Amino acid sequence: MAQIFLDEIAHSYLPETQKEDEYALKRIHNIWEDGGAYALLGPSGCGKTTLLNIISGLLVPSSGRVRFDDTDVTDLPPEKRNIAQVFQFPVLYDTMTVFNNLAFPLRNRGFDKDYIDRRVREVAQILELEPFLNKKAAGLGADAKQKISLGRGLVREDVAAILFDEPLTVIDPQLKWQLRCKLKEIHEKLKLTLIYVTHDQVEALTFADKIVVMYEGWIVQIGTPQELFEYPNHKFVGYFIGSPGMNFIPCSMEDGKVKIGNSLIPVDETTARLANAAEGKLELGIRPLYLNISDTPVDGAFEARVKGVEDQGSHRIVTVDFEGHPLKARIAENDTVPQGKAYLTFPIEWIRLFADEHLIKENKEN
Amino acid sequence: MKKWQDNKGWLFILPVFLIVAFSAIVPLMTVVNYSIQDIFGPGERVFVGTEWFREVLTDQRLHEALWRQLLFSGLVLLIEMPLGIAIALLMPSKKGFGASVVLVTLALPLLIPWNVIGTIWIIFTRPDIGLMGATINALGLTFDHTASGLHAWITLMLMEVWHWTPLVALLAYAGLQSIPPAYYQAAKIDGASAWSIFRYIQLPKMKGVLTIALLLRFMDSFLIYAEPFVLTGGGPGNTTTFLSIYLVKIAVGQFDLGPAGAFSIIYFLIVLLFCYLFYQVLQSAEEGEQS
Amino acid sequence: MKKRYIVLTIYLVIIMLPIYWMLNMSLRTNADIMAKLAFFPTDITFSNYMKIFTDPSWYSGYINSIIYVVLNTVICLVTALPAAYAFSRYNFIGDKHVFFWLLTNRMSPAAVFLLPFFQLYSTFGLIDTHIAVALAHCLFNIPLTVWILEGFISGVPIEIDEMAFIDGYKFPRFFFFVFVPLIRSGIGVAAFFCFMFSWVELLFARTLTTTAAKPIAATMTRTVSASGLDWGLLAAAGILTIVPGALVIYFVRNYLAKGFALGRV
Repeated sequence: MAQIFLDEIAHSYLPETQKEDEYALKRIHNIWEDGGAYALLGPSGCGKTTLLNIISGLLVPSSGRVRFDDTDVTDLPPEKRNIAQVFQFPVLYDTMTVFNNLAFPLRNRGFDKDYIDRRVREVAQILELEPFLNKKAAGLGADAKQKISLGRGLVREDVAAILFDEPLTVIDPQLKWQLRCKLKEIHEKLKLTLIYVTHDQVEALTFADKIVVMYEGWIVQIGTPQELFEYPNHKFVGYFIGSPGMNFIPCSMEDGKVKIGNSLIPVDETTARLANAAEGKLELGIRPLYLNISDTPVDGAFEARVKGVEDQGSHRIVTVDFEGHPLKARIAENDTVPQGKAYLTFPIEWIRLFADEHLIKENKEN
Repeated sequence: MKKWQDNKGWLFILPVFLIVAFSAIVPLMTVVNYSIQDIFGPGERVFVGTEWFREVLTDQRLHEALWRQLLFSGLVLLIEMPLGIAIALLMPSKKGFGASVVLVTLALPLLIPWNVIGTIWIIFTRPDIGLMGATINALGLTFDHTASGLHAWITLMLMEVWHWTPLVALLAYAGLQSIPPAYYQAAKIDGASAWSIFRYIQLPKMKGVLTIALLLRFMDSFLIYAEPFVLTGGGPGNTTTFLSIYLVKIAVGQFDLGPAGAFSIIYFLIVLLFCYLFYQVLQSAEEGEQS
Repeated sequence: MKKRYIVLTIYLVIIMLPIYWMLNMSLRTNADIMAKLAFFPTDITFSNYMKIFTDPSWYSGYINSIIYVVLNTVICLVTALPAAYAFSRYNFIGDKHVFFWLLTNRMSPAAVFLLPFFQLYSTFGLIDTHIAVALAHCLFNIPLTVWILEGFISGVPIEIDEMAFIDGYKFPRFFFFVFVPLIRSGIGVAAFFCFMFSWVELLFARTLTTTAAKPIAATMTRTVSASGLDWGLLAAAGILTIVPGALVIYFVRNYLAKGFALGRV
């Protein structure tokens, strides 16, 4: 068990790199708490697998250091780092039985036979693999195979962290849910540090205590699912988290209010003050969930035109045209959907302003 | 795997069926004809039953040729398979100029006509003009494959290994290339030694291609003709007279069509037997992978 | 890391050595060869090559070889493609038996068929024609081609075919414009093997030809068995037989590893 400290990590796959664009990872500096369940979330190619491989030791970063607790492990090979990794596709030793697969990492480290036997049975019990112990690993289903991959990490008591690289890609949807629960259970029981790479926000939100959102080689935000939803640090987080993503409308400030087209939307004083001082392209962001929409004119509402409705089962998504910008709003299933004209209200507490794609907020917080 | 149930399939295989039937069944029938008749000339033939078979089966020289053949094929496989795997393990795993050079060089011996292979090795091993022959003689050892049966064998084995190990290496290399990198990464994390990686990852993943390599190498070494024909002509004495060489001697050299026919059928049945065994092994290996 | 490349380099040098030695011989006159052992040709002469390029009894051998090899490759591919498709896509009566029977032909000793072939092709008046050799080589090349292509075709999901038929493709159009492009690397690999085995085979090629279609390999054999060998000339002829093969490998080098892995050869 260990705290993982990434000290100014940067990585490029090219041998000589000058330009920032060429880095797959750009200056990552943060601490992963012992016993935390982290999800590394981001689109394909954002550098999340690169970061994972740097932590596991499969890659040596171009610059920066990796520390586990107080030990510098940057130059240590993976087998010396006490980490385990579960890959996207099940990696098994096909010719061995499940038992031998689980025993393999211990045998390689020269543990005695009784200890190995006891550990393997313990882990097999946790993972519900006991019935298969004497079967050839090759013949099992994808979910059992991923459990074995995970088990090869769990058998080692000294393991500091288990890293997952999109481990549920090949698993059937209904089994995905079961395996995620199992993971959660194991995390609570064993208090291991888990780092879970995924591009699926549902997976990240249900699995992790803290989500690390990556975008183009940067970590753009680390936070609880709620923090990411309510205070996205960056436009990308707003887009990427939530379904559908946050609405963004270009705007300007006038008289302490947000001006979009001819409409003036009131915001609270602090936000207005910060927005006036901010430089760069100004945008208003609001979650579809918090954008109120009604079919009759209400006080302080703005007129918009309904463009379409999407039924999503438990709720509906209404797309409206507001001052020439498309906006999405989420309404409950039994609410009436406005026809033609609709009236929008922007609750003051849910309005977020972004300057040059970054959230405008007071510096002292966070 | 899913397939359509339809006898229309026969329509598709008809051209192949006809050509191969023309080249295989008709000649095979001819061979059967020979093997049970005594042929004096056109139109003059006598049915002799199993006489030729009895003659061939008790032919001492055929027995010798068969054991010689089995020994040769066995030795060749024993050397070529491990050597080919070792070479494949040494080859660069990443694509690039280096890998291209290695692939092209390896494949080169495979594309040389078989009698030219013989010619190359005559030139290479001759004591007077050959690099190898002259070098060995310069070291004080006498080396002459035209005089010593042992030397002839050594030369043939060298030639065969030189000629065909690249095929095993190429196949093994293809098997290695199909292993996803995650396997090596997982093995690293599990602390596996180089030997464990070979034993538990690389070897199992190469099983399919290695079975094919074994099959092809056994067949072609069992049927070897052109190279020893050019290099040693079956000699000195009969020391390198393998089955094919002996058969051609009987059929073309002595024009004994009857015994040649019977010999052909027995030869064919031996290969067929091995081929069937290998085929069964191959099938069960495939099923093992799928289950 | 470095050590493995040193060992590999040594092996590759050993592979090249006999070929290099032949190249060395081919660039010297016979008198020079017999006079002294030299690792490098000192007086390089192209007279051996000139003789081959100007003497029809030599160069026609190359032309004959190339004609029947190309013919054989074309026949194999054209007939084996639909057959491999059938074996991969259809269950039909006797399919497994036919497939196995085809494979046995790849494994039958050429020597067994030598005499009957001669008789058979004589009956049809095919002796000493290119098509005779091309047909004879089909005996072992067609099974191999079917085998390779079947592996590649089975790698293409059958749903693609079904989708195309639902989309209203007629079979020939689907086969040539959709399916064949999908397995083109497989066709390349199969062609490579056809070329290779037809090019290197001698027994049939020699038996079924006398003059008009005589392959270069046979021309060389006759030179070998004659007394008073011209080593330089023989070496030059040998070097020239390697050239077409080397060219073919160069073109398929990127498919080699992939082809071996995908097609089950």
